[in-house]
Amino acid sequence: MTTTTLAVLVPLLPFLGAVTGLLVGRKAPGFVRPLAVLPALTSMVLAVLVAVRQGGGTGDGTAPLDAATELTPTGSIPIELALHIDGFAALVAVLVGVVASCVQIYSTGYLRDDPRYPSYAALVSLFTSAMLLVVYSGDLMVLLVGWEVMGICSYFLVGHYWETPEARAASLKAFLVTKLGDVPFLIGLFALATDAGSFRITTILDTVAAGGLDHPTLIALLLLAGVAGKSAQFPLHTWLPDAMAGPTPVSALIHAATMVAAGVYFVARLLPVFAASAAALVVLAVMAAVTMVGSALAALAQDDIKRVLAYSTVGQLGYMTGALAVGDRGAAVFHLLSHGAFKALLFLAAGVIIHAAGTNSLAAMSRMRGLRHRVPDAYWTMTVALLALAAVPPFSGFFSKEAVLGAAEHAATGHAAAVPGTAGWLVLVAGLASALLTAAYAMRLWLLAFNGSGADAPDHGRQPVAMNAVLWVLAVPSLAFGLSVGTLPDWFDGDSLAPTLTTSILGTGLALVGGVVTYGAWRHTTALAAQVPLGAVAAHPDATPAVSESEAISTHAPAYGSVAAAHDPADPGRLMLGPLHRHAATGFQLDAVYAALFVRPVRGAATLVRFLDREVVETYVRGVGATPRWLGTAARRAQTGNVQTYLSVLLAGSVVLAVAVVLVAAGA
Amino acid sequence: MTLAATAPQGFLSPTGVEIVFLLVGVVTLGAALITVTSKQLVHAALWLVVTLGGVAVEYLLLTAEFIAWMQVLIYVGSVVVLLLFGLMLTKAPIGPSPDADSGNRWAALAVAGGAAAALVWVVVDAFRTQWIDLDTAQGSTGDVGAILFRHWVLPFEALSVLLLAALVGAIVLSRKNGTTNEESRQGSQAREASEGRREEGKS
Amino acid sequence: MHLAYPAVLAALLFCVGLYGVLARRNAILVLMSVELMLNAVNLNLVAFDVWLRDSLHAGQALTLFTIAIAAAEIGIGLAIVLMVYRNRGTSDVDRLRDTAEGPDDDTDDADDTDEAAAAAKKAEATA
Repeated sequence: MTTTTLAVLVPLLPFLGAVTGLLVGRKAPGFVRPLAVLPALTSMVLAVLVAVRQGGGTGDGTAPLDAATELTPTGSIPIELALHIDGFAALVAVLVGVVASCVQIYSTGYLRDDPRYPSYAALVSLFTSAMLLVVYSGDLMVLLVGWEVMGICSYFLVGHYWETPEARAASLKAFLVTKLGDVPFLIGLFALATDAGSFRITTILDTVAAGGLDHPTLIALLLLAGVAGKSAQFPLHTWLPDAMAGPTPVSALIHAATMVAAGVYFVARLLPVFAASAAALVVLAVMAAVTMVGSALAALAQDDIKRVLAYSTVGQLGYMTGALAVGDRGAAVFHLLSHGAFKALLFLAAGVIIHAAGTNSLAAMSRMRGLRHRVPDAYWTMTVALLALAAVPPFSGFFSKEAVLGAAEHAATGHAAAVPGTAGWLVLVAGLASALLTAAYAMRLWLLAFNGSGADAPDHGRQPVAMNAVLWVLAVPSLAFGLSVGTLPDWFDGDSLAPTLTTSILGTGLALVGGVVTYGAWRHTTALAAQVPLGAVAAHPDATPAVSESEAISTHAPAYGSVAAAHDPADPGRLMLGPLHRHAATGFQLDAVYAALFVRPVRGAATLVRFLDREVVETYVRGVGATPRWLGTAARRAQTGNVQTYLSVLLAGSVVLAVAVVLVAAGA
Repeated sequence: MTLAATAPQGFLSPTGVEIVFLLVGVVTLGAALITVTSKQLVHAALWLVVTLGGVAVEYLLLTAEFIAWMQVLIYVGSVVVLLLFGLMLTKAPIGPSPDADSGNRWAALAVAGGAAAALVWVVVDAFRTQWIDLDTAQGSTGDVGAILFRHWVLPFEALSVLLLAALVGAIVLSRKNGTTNEESRQGSQAREASEGRREEGKS
Repeated sequence: MHLAYPAVLAALLFCVGLYGVLARRNAILVLMSVELMLNAVNLNLVAFDVWLRDSLHAGQALTLFTIAIAAAEIGIGLAIVLMVYRNRGTSDVDRLRDTAEGPDDDTDDADDTDEAAAAAKKAEATA
């Protein structure tokens, strides 16, 4: 098979799996698991094959694979089914394939008794297919199709536990907020295609290289809105923490490793378009800086283990956009790949922990002794992943984060052409600050989850092999992906991704400071844990992980006061953040701001419309009803039942008509 | 009037037939008016005889001899008798009945007056210059018989079927049952309908 | 003879019959008036037949048919009147008002409006 055929099969197989799964899922439950796992595995293998055959991208001189076919003429600007596979696409597809396969395998254990597992698995397959389509597509319209399919899959999967009000609200919020970004995104795509005369990425990049773009800033800003929505960047990030109401594997696949990375990947593909406008780069840098620091602070205050990870995802995506803002897409995609691996691992391990502990509250976990011995696999792999997250050498996160910081320093010192120094400094300072904070919240998470004291953790027996095995599979890239730093530039643009000395020392030093400070704070506060009992809520020990999780989510607010935070004085984050804690826990009141800015005006408008409908429109409707009623009452007076009057009227009418006819005839 | 003057035969110099026609016409119309306004129902029927007879005379004047005799035979001879029987059977009061006209009288007058005005206007406007040549008789019995049985045989036969149907219908409708009056009042319709069906089957 | 004489006479006879049909109360008198109208038509037919000198004498033939049909009609009509009289005890046209709207329809209507108001109130309460 040619590489093109292989590449076409990669998104096609999960799609077929999804369709078949939806069709036969109910009638033949035995086929559901193979139908979910096998297409994902096959397309992962195929994606690896494509990557191997394609070899490096532009970095080592290999031309990217470009294939296109136009099915039908579609108006002024043609839409083509196009493939554009360079090093970025090949590697991101491999990541998607790996994570999707892991998640599908993990889900067979996690949702083993779920009655809606068939539709769940099919939606995950459909999502995988859409993501692979986005990755491989060489045509922006086809990319948009995958982009939107991902959005709707995310909506359905976040709402998987639709029995709980949190999940219903979260799925709606995720959908609406991302759509808020998608509308300008669509307009931006049209503007871009109008300027370039094509939806093909290659053509657009050629046009940009030739300076043929008329409104680069406008287009870049419009596209950025969609990217911010999809990749959960400030100010459209608020949906992501709430989306944790979905099942953990979904959070791992969609809201950590792949879909949220789509925005970053999109910018990486079209980076020349953004680089054509210095203003867009500065906006991107500001966005990244605010996102990084704000989300790291918020992560430090969350009580729900998955919300900590969600805010962490937002922050790491901030690093990626930061790398893009300084014009280094190699660093961005490098961080995307390593982050995809270790964040998927973190989420999947968190799913195991939630099941073992019977709660998703860190405060409750910190009052359980020996949780680490109950779930040794999750403990070790999560430790690896947290070290990678905190960018401790030699884990993968260290190399990718240092690549970002190095690129920022490069731009800040004015070595990168066409990138404003402001953007470089913004990304560098924010990146260093959030390196410290990241290490702090990673440390806090680890300490609270695995070093609890108090009653023994409940014993739920061994976790399913499918779930534990996947953790170890993902631990390998988290541990060792950084070693590829020497060969990766060949796949990307060729710029070196190796860490530079200054930023490495600064970044690692700050991370160590963050970890040590957190440890100190924890030692200070942990004594309080025994005095304040918390965490009475625990799911039934024999329930499946999914049931435990949905119960944990729905009981968090009644048990601890809110979905996000708990009143736990033993939390080191509370001590470190001080008065900021209250705001950080609620995501800096951004939801309240949105409520005041958008929700309340919309509700007011709805009330007004309702009033208009009730009082104004309905008056007309009632009038329309009443007038014929009156006329009917009047006409009924004529219905005397006397045949002679009827006949009189009939004949009088005939006479009038006859006279009229005669007059007309005579007149004519 | 100018048009009438230019016509070959003016209205101002009527022929003898025309004078007779006019006189009989006035009598006919007057009898008709009395028929529809009389307070005594039997008198109305008798004035109808005068009207129908007048029309028969008009037919004669128009040389439609056979039609005239048929008019006398059928209308004056049988229809009026039938109507008188009807009056009798419905126990119509003898002597003046003040409520012979319904409350619809004025509306009826208006409609009839309007219709009369319109019709007379149109008819006069259309035919005031036309002249009927009455020199040769048009409706002698022989002529009409020849025409009727040579050219109009099929409608004639169809008419006989119609008359038969009317006969049967009239018998069915007006049949009195052998039972008491009360019972027939309650269930007459259904019974009559079923019996009508049986009769039709027989015939 | 002028055609106008028989034509006008027929028109006037017709209208007199028309008045009778509309104004008379007794059903048999109404039937008499119908006969008048039929006669007016017959007179017209004969007059025009004579005027046109129709070789088939369609007008006179049609007059004969009309007379026969009128005879049938009067037979059926009288039978109906007799039956109505037998069932109702009257043959007055303006007392046969079965097709009129009964007074109970008005109360129905009032109920309707009450129900509509109640429904509107309910809708407002649920909304």
